[in-house]
Amino acid sequence: MSKSAPLDERILEELRQIVGPDGVVIDPAERAVYGYDATPGHRGRPDAVVFPTSTEQVREVVALAARERVPVIPRGSGTNLSGGTVPVSGGIVLALTRMNRILEIDEANLTATVEPGVITSQLHRAVEQRGLFYPPDPGSQAISTIGGNLAENAGGLRGLKYGVTGDYVMGLQVVLASGQLIETGGKNVKDVAGYDLTRLFVGSEGTLGVITRATLKLLPLPEHRRVALAIFSQLEAAARAVSAIIAAHIIPATLEFLDRGTVEAVEDYAHVGLPAGAEAVLLLAQDGPREAVDREIERMAEICRREGAGEVHVAASDAEGDRLMAARRYALSALARRRPTTILEDATVPRSRLAEMVRAIQAAAERHRVEVCTFGHAGDGNLHPTCLTDERDREEMARVEAAFEEIFEAAVRLGGTITGEHGVGLAKREYLPWRLSPATLDVMRAVKQALDPQGILNPGKIFAEQGRRRRVVHAA
Amino acid sequence: MTGTTQRAASDWLDTAGDLTYRCIRCGFCLPACPTYGQTLLEPESPRGRIALVRAAYEGMLSLSDVAPHLDLCIGCRACETACPAGVPYGAILEQARAAVERQVARPWPERLVRAVGIGRILGSPRWLRLGGWLLWAYQATGLQRVVRATGLLQRLWPSLGRLEAVLPPVPAPWRKAGSRGAGTRTGVPRRGRVAFFLGCVQEMALADVSRAAIRVLEAAGFEVVVPQGQGCCGAVHAHAGQLEQAVRQARRNIEAFERVQADYVVNIAGGCGAQLKEYPKLLAHVRDGDRGRDPERQRWLERARRFAERVRDFSELLADAPLPPMGRLEGVVTYQDSCHLRHVQRVVEPPRRLLRRIPGLTYVELPEADRCCGAGGIYNLTQPEMSEQVLDRKMAHVRATGATILAVANTPCHLQLLVGARKSGLDRQGLRVRHIAELLDEAIARGRVSGD
Repeated sequence: MSKSAPLDERILEELRQIVGPDGVVIDPAERAVYGYDATPGHRGRPDAVVFPTSTEQVREVVALAARERVPVIPRGSGTNLSGGTVPVSGGIVLALTRMNRILEIDEANLTATVEPGVITSQLHRAVEQRGLFYPPDPGSQAISTIGGNLAENAGGLRGLKYGVTGDYVMGLQVVLASGQLIETGGKNVKDVAGYDLTRLFVGSEGTLGVITRATLKLLPLPEHRRVALAIFSQLEAAARAVSAIIAAHIIPATLEFLDRGTVEAVEDYAHVGLPAGAEAVLLLAQDGPREAVDREIERMAEICRREGAGEVHVAASDAEGDRLMAARRYALSALARRRPTTILEDATVPRSRLAEMVRAIQAAAERHRVEVCTFGHAGDGNLHPTCLTDERDREEMARVEAAFEEIFEAAVRLGGTITGEHGVGLAKREYLPWRLSPATLDVMRAVKQALDPQGILNPGKIFAEQGRRRRVVHAA
Repeated sequence: MTGTTQRAASDWLDTAGDLTYRCIRCGFCLPACPTYGQTLLEPESPRGRIALVRAAYEGMLSLSDVAPHLDLCIGCRACETACPAGVPYGAILEQARAAVERQVARPWPERLVRAVGIGRILGSPRWLRLGGWLLWAYQATGLQRVVRATGLLQRLWPSLGRLEAVLPPVPAPWRKAGSRGAGTRTGVPRRGRVAFFLGCVQEMALADVSRAAIRVLEAAGFEVVVPQGQGCCGAVHAHAGQLEQAVRQARRNIEAFERVQADYVVNIAGGCGAQLKEYPKLLAHVRDGDRGRDPERQRWLERARRFAERVRDFSELLADAPLPPMGRLEGVVTYQDSCHLRHVQRVVEPPRRLLRRIPGLTYVELPEADRCCGAGGIYNLTQPEMSEQVLDRKMAHVRATGATILAVANTPCHLQLLVGARKSGLDRQGLRVRHIAELLDEAIARGRVSGD
């Protein structure tokens, strides 16, 4: 934990004036639990945790922090997996969980306007009640917040067909590092007036501004959905099937991959009937008009069989489909039953290179004698090689480190990237130069410099400090 | 503080701390947690509490920093059901509380309640019997009327006052629960021998429910015996961090039930049942008290396993058993899960199946039935504010179902929901809070009348 000194009593008093006495927390225990997120091995301790309930309060808190040069780290439910909300330099954790109102669902324009603390699945339920659909669907949707989804540009299980969170953002209200408030975009479907600042703030990981309101695009709720499970005795065959489905010009709503270790761990927890002993499983879903869905599920099943699936099982009911999809969401956590530490990564390749990437992950794991289970969004090339290890075993951790380096080298060599949906945060910042050219990095630093010249917003994230060795694995 | 106390506290903390490494902080437990749901504060979530215990274990925080957040946990263990990683939250909580109990100085009124109330009275069958007599005398002598008229208790200890206000009449203590030599009723096949677990608070405050349950078991063809020498299951002690006392309770109960040689050990309180089923875990991880006497510990562990294998919730045993013809009970019934029945014992469907078997009742599922009602053993007395918030949310859901009967399967829930019915005014609109056993007993009695 950081050795930051507590905030000056004068600053605390001003914070209390802004958000009320129960909106400021400085008790050591309470501060400690706002020092982590779901990323293994990263911890910090903020000097204060502040809970605003309105945009105006956020504005005043940030203005105060700017004046006093205190870091501000925006935070939702802390489910992120890149260390993006860990307060490495102390400062104020700005917990936005109390700004959790759905302000409007506009059925005429197909938009929803929400505060950042709204839980993703609450938004799903609210719009689906009206026959509408908000496609972004991160694995942690049951507790992740929309603000966090926006800041990390979260993906999820429907990314293949529907894209990521950023594809559904039409407008934002953002508090800048200076304490000024701006609005970007809005309800216009077409709007090209000036730079696209909306896209700039999406995925900025809390380093460019604090999102206090978002207008999101909605779609009509698909009429029908079906889920199927294809079981393979060979990893290669599963990867071939993914490429063949895409090559056959089918875009499934979901096309997920789980390897043997993941299947066993998930089944152990969820008991949904995943087959033990299968080398790989593909979880397929399609949505849309009934006839189209039925036709495409059948064609996908056919392709899987042709490529070597031993069995393809189409869910008999919506409930069964939901259970299978839910089981996939548990993959990471279920794997955590096996070893004390679970390090999930986010390597992504163009989907035509999926089989090669899976092979590269296996080779790296074998060479460095570490246990890696792989699952992920096969359809969009976004894999989550997950290492089961023990952070207290230093020798093993060194091998884990080496294996991950090799995995990322492979991803970049195959034309892929170091993160598909979790963001760079702390965990990947040393790898960013592998993916981006020096000139590109310079542009990004210039943007950061222009918007946050004092560097108070979420310091230490995305950009590596000069002269630091790259690494994914940080000792606790 | 003595050196031994320090060492014991750190023993408990070591055990708890080691388990915290299994948490990957994914946050899937947060939506399941009633106190997080009310506060949206990380320290009042399971993930937060686990992190706090880990920080104490690693020496970054003191136990007294952590204690208030452990105290606010209701202990419903819904987070364990929600946790894909299988983190044993209940064990972490109990052992961390045991460490807190050894090391953190609490204000004297709290110490008094913990030592006398939990440790002494609930821990001893003799004191429990005395408690039953006092409670009966309190009602029979008219003292209750005086207390209620003056509103004294409501002022001194409001949460206890609210409980007192809904307390049903206590049966005379000489009318002991026991076998009536039944199981031999003509026409009913003998289905086995049941040793009935009475429980402490149940036997003091809601003794008639046990009588009803025994009648139903007998009507279903079971021979019922009530073992002498049994006492509190020890759950209240374990939850309050008095693990040594919990172990003593466990051993006493195992001995009492071994003497009667039954096929099943049946209880009607989800919290007690969970504790009885977890005796092997309790006796496996007990650390001090029997240091250096491992063979004996091993023998106790074996006895605990044999005991726990026979423990059944009332609804588990009866859900699919043949029952005598039942008369009609009119109304809409909804059911509040007992947290420990659902999340620890994982008994979800049997109580619902039993309720659906009662003719005349329309069953409606309660929204968030799997969420705690805020009773949590004696949580409603120790954390009245949070308990009430959680209860208010519960009663709003009950109101929405339009139920006329709220069925329960656990003693603290029963008392808590009686308070809830009173507080929300639903009792005046005709809502009755009844244990499933009472409803079955009533239906069977009516069946008998109409069948004659």
